[in-house]
Amino acid sequence: MAGGSAGSRDVAIVSVAQSTHERAKVATNEVELIQPVIQQALEQIGATIADIGFVCSGSTDYLAGQAFSFVMTLDAVGAWPPIAESHVEMDGAWALYEAWVKIQAGHADTALVFSYGKSSPGDLPNVLSRQLDPYYYQPLWPSSVGLAGIQARAMIDGGAITERRMAEIAYASRTAAANNPFAQLRSSAAVDDLLAEPYLSDPLRRHDCAPISDGGVAVVLATGDAAARWADRPAWIRGIDHRVDGHNFGARDLTVAPSAALAGQRAGVGDDKVDVAELHAPFTHQHQMLVDAFGLGDGTDVNPSGGALAANPMMAAGLLRLGEVAGRIMSGAADRGVAHATSGHLLQQNLVAVLEGA
Amino acid sequence: MSDDRTITPLPTGLWSQPTVDTSAVADALDGTETVQRVRQPASIRYDFVPGVATTRFLKGLANKQIFGERDPLTGDVYVPPRGVCPVSAQPTTEQVELSHKGSVSSFCVVHIGFGTNAPPTPFCSALILLDGAVISLYGPIQEIPYDQVRIGMRVEAVWADDADLSPSFESIKWWRPIDEPDVAAETLKGHM
Amino acid sequence: MAGQLAGVVGIGQTRHAAIRGDVSVAGLIREAVFRALDDAHMTMADIDAVVIGKAPDFFEGMMMPETYLADAIGAVGKPLLRVHTAGSVGGSTAIVATSHVEAGVAERVLTIAWEQQSCSEAMWALSFPIPFQQQLVAGAGGYFAPFIREYMRRSGAPEDIGILVALKDRLNALKNPYAHLHEPDITYDSVKESFMLWEPIRYSETCPSSDGAIAMVIAGEQAAEASAAASGNRPAWIRGTSMRSEPAMANGRDQVSPQAGKDCAADVYRQAGITDPRGQIDVVEMYVPFSWYEPMWLENLGFAPEGEGWRLTEQGVTQMDGDLPVNCSGGVLSTNPIGASGMLRFGEAAMQVRGTAGDHQIDGARTALGQAYGGAAQFFATWVVSADKP
Repeated sequence: MAGGSAGSRDVAIVSVAQSTHERAKVATNEVELIQPVIQQALEQIGATIADIGFVCSGSTDYLAGQAFSFVMTLDAVGAWPPIAESHVEMDGAWALYEAWVKIQAGHADTALVFSYGKSSPGDLPNVLSRQLDPYYYQPLWPSSVGLAGIQARAMIDGGAITERRMAEIAYASRTAAANNPFAQLRSSAAVDDLLAEPYLSDPLRRHDCAPISDGGVAVVLATGDAAARWADRPAWIRGIDHRVDGHNFGARDLTVAPSAALAGQRAGVGDDKVDVAELHAPFTHQHQMLVDAFGLGDGTDVNPSGGALAANPMMAAGLLRLGEVAGRIMSGAADRGVAHATSGHLLQQNLVAVLEGA
Repeated sequence: MSDDRTITPLPTGLWSQPTVDTSAVADALDGTETVQRVRQPASIRYDFVPGVATTRFLKGLANKQIFGERDPLTGDVYVPPRGVCPVSAQPTTEQVELSHKGSVSSFCVVHIGFGTNAPPTPFCSALILLDGAVISLYGPIQEIPYDQVRIGMRVEAVWADDADLSPSFESIKWWRPIDEPDVAAETLKGHM
Repeated sequence: MAGQLAGVVGIGQTRHAAIRGDVSVAGLIREAVFRALDDAHMTMADIDAVVIGKAPDFFEGMMMPETYLADAIGAVGKPLLRVHTAGSVGGSTAIVATSHVEAGVAERVLTIAWEQQSCSEAMWALSFPIPFQQQLVAGAGGYFAPFIREYMRRSGAPEDIGILVALKDRLNALKNPYAHLHEPDITYDSVKESFMLWEPIRYSETCPSSDGAIAMVIAGEQAAEASAAASGNRPAWIRGTSMRSEPAMANGRDQVSPQAGKDCAADVYRQAGITDPRGQIDVVEMYVPFSWYEPMWLENLGFAPEGEGWRLTEQGVTQMDGDLPVNCSGGVLSTNPIGASGMLRFGEAAMQVRGTAGDHQIDGARTALGQAYGGAAQFFATWVVSADKP
């Protein structure tokens, strides 16, 4: 199909900004959290909101515990005079997808995309249990960690991973995050020490789980002249696609993520070498599942930022992956990268983008 | 579009939502009624964070002070402040203590109240533009028959007793008319 | 650069009611989805992407429920996007779906908007108290009533304009079998004598709380033509779409006739080549949750000069036999599943130009406008659809 996941217009990420990610940002509300991030994303390329053709954000009311929680956050954009704007009740990676579609449709040439999440007001694993089938799953209040444990067990039993490999992933992620000043967890005990820890939700130990984080991220998209004006080396989106799997966890093979593999294939992950990949894996075993789904080899630097295991602001952690890959391409550290975002439990929904420097 | 899949022509009604005849189900269940509702109480506790600007504002209320915050670019004063000027998107960092007097920019008469703090109905719920502020805040008008409230009417805050003051909107019990001439309604446009 | 042409080829909605206790959440949505697919002569297998929208998740007590719904709406293995832009969400969702086709990333998009408000206490879900925020203690009507009062002051409109709107929309609803409220005995006097809720808004001038869903199939030019050939119903060609937002409170903002609404209309008219909205648009479906919003939006959308919108209502222009019929379906005043209400406006506009509106069809309608708004009258979504291919 013409267009498809490659698009007919060249669109690039030209600016990325993020907050630090912390367990609880108790002083600031959502507006105060995201305002400096948006401002930085615009200021560092010399742009103002007047230069932006479309604005799209991602967040969810259930984290904030407030209906219409995104409405006030609009104050951080400066929507006066009025702006062309939309919001997804999803991770910001899907807000970026909506903005990319808008640009492909010719409705805009530039876009500001941002997302944020404060998980600290509620008890996250409990809150996330509300994102389940309301008739059969919700009444059981299954925690997100408990569900992930079932998936990890299936992978271990199927020979797809070991507890040691999971600990190695945790160790690698958090030691990589030592170079990421925005990350929440930036160091790790040795693998043997991690394996000596008790189970949190067998076979998951604490180190297998992403931290609970408050944070936000903003990126600017541009095509054509604006991209050239705003970035020496834009991170061009060469392919982007997203897919969803079924929700009935008892009816699908939990050890694989077909929607991730399909999105990766359609985005063109395997068409060329991958210098860097940022995978949105809130659990160590899911990291492995995604590496396998995308066929990433030794030549790929996976999650140099530390990934979601080092900082996992809900609704922002997916868009952060796009931002991290874009940052490495814009700096010249990588030529071609893959960014992945997920939504829902057990990697049910997945988005993949391929970014290139040329 | 290169994709030229043909569309499957379907027999009429095949994909329509069927009219469900539940009588067969009821027979099978020996007269048991079909389930129409599943009641599932759900409770999640949230600890809300007011934010920096709102905290400053609420602390003022506990001292019978009303603090707005000024946008550094436009000079506009917003109350209640939310930390960011919605026009410039800049943080509002300068606190400005505002008068306790203002003008009714519009109102409605509420005959059906919601929430535990609603006054007895009917009552007048008004938008009040404080002197020196650029947008209105909400409050009930009392000490005047509800049908005599008008746009442009001058009002002042009535504070709770000192013992009941707290960092909350409830420190202002209501607003009451004052003996000042009405302001022209046209001057309140753009400030609701 | 202009996007590719898109058209609406399938529209399906549920029977709307205060409580649809006969269906699950998924069942409610599937009722609309299958009607839309049937209308388009397609199956779920023909659909490339699903774009779904609804208002706050607290209405049903389900966080981001589309992951649960993925199987039921045929989205497995496909792109699934969830939009939420407050009350305008139904319109925004249709526009995002349209963009997929215009962008060439999908040929046939299923778009859905829904709400099952009976799942919770609707007023609570909309505005449960947050400790440190100012409390309106008056509900949604108490928020909008002051803006209506200010409109009445500025325009000098007769006090019964709202009654005329409510009566018209509720009578129109009698011609719409899907509408929630069917009140055959309604009269001018019964509206006037209904309980005053938020003066100047009476009970009968207020939207109900409904369970309901609507789905549409939006297709690219070639697929739309093929679908139309199979169904015998012409596509509603999408001639312009626009979304605009502004802050809830800002210095200079006019809640009575928000700039975002004016900008949104201007943008859509520019795309659709409309220079004289009153003359070129045959029928309008606009978001009127409280009766007085009809004259207010008539002005905001450019159908009447500022302060004059009420005259169109008073003169009967907006009745079904007037020259600018508004809300022939009965509108939000007769049916209000919040998340779906905006798409119902968009879908009803498309039904009119397709000639499939049944008893509330306006004969010869060629061009129609659908409009939705949300939040503190700050989020706007508008489209213009036409029987005529550009």
